[in-house]
Amino acid sequence: MSSRADILSRIAKNKPQYIAAPDISAFGNKHSSNANLDQFCAVATGIGATIIFINNLSEIKTYIRNQITNNKRIISSIPELIGLAEDGTLVQAIPHKLEDVELAIICAEFGVAENGALWVTETQMGTRILPFITQHLAIVVNANDIVGDMHASYIRTAGSDHNFAAFIAGPSKTADIEQSLVLGAHGSRSLVVFVLNMDICDESDRPVL
Amino acid sequence: MSTQKNHAELSEIFNKDEDRVNWHDETLWWVRQKRDKASHAIPDWELLREMASQIKNNVLSELDTYLIQFEAKATENGIKVHWAADAAEHNQIVKDILDKNGVKQMVKSKSMLTEECHLNHYLEEHGIDVIDSDLGERIVQLAKEPPSHIVLPCIHKKKEEIGDLFHIHLGTEAGMSDPQVLTETARLHLREVFLTRKAALTGVNFAVAETGEFVVCTNEGNADMGAHLADVHIASMGIEKLIPERKHLGVFLRLLTRSATGQPITTYSSHFKRPRKGQEMHIILVDNGRSTQLGRPDFRNSLKCIRCGACMNTCPVYRRSGGHSYHTAIAGPIGSILAPNLDMKDYADLPFASTLCGSCTNVCPVKIDIHDQLYKWRQVIVKEGYGDKKKAAGMHAMDWTLASPSLFNLAGKAGRWTLKHAPFAVNNSMNPWYKHRDMPKPPAQSFTEWFKTNRPQ
Ligand code: SF4
Repeated sequence: MSSRADILSRIAKNKPQYIAAPDISAFGNKHSSNANLDQFCAVATGIGATIIFINNLSEIKTYIRNQITNNKRIISSIPELIGLAEDGTLVQAIPHKLEDVELAIICAEFGVAENGALWVTETQMGTRILPFITQHLAIVVNANDIVGDMHASYIRTAGSDHNFAAFIAGPSKTADIEQSLVLGAHGSRSLVVFVLNMDICDESDRPVL
Repeated sequence: MSTQKNHAELSEIFNKDEDRVNWHDETLWWVRQKRDKASHAIPDWELLREMASQIKNNVLSELDTYLIQFEAKATENGIKVHWAADAAEHNQIVKDILDKNGVKQMVKSKSMLTEECHLNHYLEEHGIDVIDSDLGERIVQLAKEPPSHIVLPCIHKKKEEIGDLFHIHLGTEAGMSDPQVLTETARLHLREVFLTRKAALTGVNFAVAETGEFVVCTNEGNADMGAHLADVHIASMGIEKLIPERKHLGVFLRLLTRSATGQPITTYSSHFKRPRKGQEMHIILVDNGRSTQLGRPDFRNSLKCIRCGACMNTCPVYRRSGGHSYHTAIAGPIGSILAPNLDMKDYADLPFASTLCGSCTNVCPVKIDIHDQLYKWRQVIVKEGYGDKKKAAGMHAMDWTLASPSLFNLAGKAGRWTLKHAPFAVNNSMNPWYKHRDMPKPPAQSFTEWFKTNRPQ
């Protein structure tokens, strides 16, 4: 208690005169557009992700069957994929049990064009550790859910509640050894982004978030 | 000066291996160029910097209010909030949490604050084993060295040296120095660690007063691997890491990684708001001199720092002297402003480890007037009597010479003669100025002599 009081009183004594926070609305709200999708795909590819366009979720099944031929563990919290994958929502309590997952497939709420990041909340992860502990990660995003930049991201998620959420951009990586880029540091070794084709909404059709 | 070697002496050690210095210099410059490319691709870049700087101005002017707000929100979210006045109290709090949970082994992701507090050393003394999980930090930990850079902890190490360390500690083949193989080895080794540690400590990049959540950014995923597998997650943060509202994250996340490494964003930007079911989550708010720095109008801007490392990558002195020559947790230009606040005597040399070229100020994403502050520290340090005594003697001689026109003329002639015929007399280790500078080639004539022969009749 005393340190708290000490710190707060020292700050009160030492802080400069009040300065208002700036208005950041000048950055606008660059929500979904075709241009965003193109940029998203280019940037995400540039940071090591693989983009695959699909027209429906069952195409993911075909992709997985082709990729994972042995009996490795696949987990998903997407209902359409259960059967091919274990149900990710059932492993909640014991994150360690996901240690041997080969592939996890989850949904993202949206992607961000300027940096290739995808916003995924705990609800979509099923278990928080899943997108990190899995050897390979696949994320599904709707083609019309790509915002322009980070300002638009936070406008879009304003007021939403989440226990844990993350922007995930590409596979995990490190360049700590002589600045040589190596993919697959501690998190997933690869990232596939399934972009679900839908009619891209016209900007004017979208509700202002 | 204390018995601790100063920046010039420590740089001399680093400078013995010229090839390595050149390599270090070029590697960091390459990172700086990546930063330029990334920032130039954003038309809003200057506006972003300006906004970030103004948001931080607001934070500093309302820091107490925001801390109270953050504490209330975080507590409401089920996070336990602690306050630490200094490094010792921070370390004690960490130990108490671990003791209460019967934890003897902890995994840690990158946190410069815990370096500042010397947490690892403290915990080891108390029988608690700490493993750093960021690859670069793990490498320097195996080498029993501190990180030499806040973003690139082992930027001073060659891959062959890392290979040797891995051979000794992690059993890789002797002579193996392929980054791919070494990284894979670390991945397997640290996976075992993540899976067996009951407690994980992470740093904090940003904490949001409005919502009580905090954001941790990594490329490797090590903070998440630690935190989501552990029963106890401790997050340590300096009190200046607060930002007012969630929407402000947009500004800072756009700036941070582009400034740091030239990437558009880190692989993971994790937003922790509530502990997972059954997990304990703690936040330690650490002051350790920050509230004092807040009271120094000339230096308070240093508290805006978001630890991107851009000022180091661009600094000609840092690039050619190496992070360890700064003998403090945070090296480079920003470290040289922060350290004297903690101990003016021990770090009196650091504000002088700069050419004041201003490159740091130009790249800083939150627009800290870094080189101005370095200049101002010099004056404070000399005034307080912590300046370099040998340099002070030279200054007095100069005062005396400059005050007398005839002595000045004579000294000028003598100086030009000396630089021309006996440069070793000034370029020697007895001359503390030479340590920091190359002596210029002397002009044949002084300006006065030139003016006498050339002046219009
Ligand atoms: S002072 Fe500025 S450039 Fe240097 S690390 Fe801090 S934020 Fe980055």
